[in-house]
Amino acid sequence: MNRIAAVVVCIIAGFLLLYSASRFPRWSDPNQPASVHVSPRYIEKTVAETRVPNAVTSVLADYRGYDTMFETSVIFTAGIAVMMLLRRSSDGK
Amino acid sequence: MVNDLDDIIIKFGSRIMIPFMQLYGLYVYVHGHSSPGGGFQGGCIVAASFILLAVAFDLNESKKRLKEKLNTLFCAVGVFIYTGTGFLCLVAAGNFLDYGKLSRILPVDTFMARYYGMAMIELGVQITVMAVMVSIFLDLVTRGQHEDVLGPRP
Repeated sequence: MNRIAAVVVCIIAGFLLLYSASRFPRWSDPNQPASVHVSPRYIEKTVAETRVPNAVTSVLADYRGYDTMFETSVIFTAGIAVMMLLRRSSDGK
Repeated sequence: MVNDLDDIIIKFGSRIMIPFMQLYGLYVYVHGHSSPGGGFQGGCIVAASFILLAVAFDLNESKKRLKEKLNTLFCAVGVFIYTGTGFLCLVAAGNFLDYGKLSRILPVDTFMARYYGMAMIELGVQITVMAVMVSIFLDLVTRGQHEDVLGPRP
């Protein structure tokens, strides 16, 4: 009984996901919401404002500096967590 | 895994490759401003050179070149450089991570100050990524013992 209910729920959820995916913006559509909000400003003003020819670097490090700062902090935290979980010094402490 | 293989081909090959890998890691960092690359990628390449040293030779050879204490310090120094750059912008009466205001400290205009601010934080990212990758690798392969897992050689 549980198994049949699970299958029914999976089919309904999958249908809903496929239905919503059919309403997505088309690939490489220049008018999709992600391309009309801030992207044009970054692409147009990157060289003028930061003198960096690579827009990826200027978005990563300047316009989205907080994001990258916490990405670095996450990597640091991962290293600390592995040290805490695994590292044992040779004198048993 | 991390023991002495005594394979002349692997040792000689990695001995030739490692300096170029480290140089290439720095190149990827420096060229991150004008081509694909940056701190994350460059840090991974430099870390891969130390990991190759540990795999091709042995663990002590890698730890001789990059001391364990120094490596653990580097983990924190990278994040410190990043946030320190942010606080430097606060000192220069700007917002946190507002590199344009660094022109009041550095002898450059506002736009080049943003350029150099990005270079500084990418350096921090590079150091942290390099140190954490090496540290996690050494912890995982030795189960945290930081010695050769096979013990002293007979």
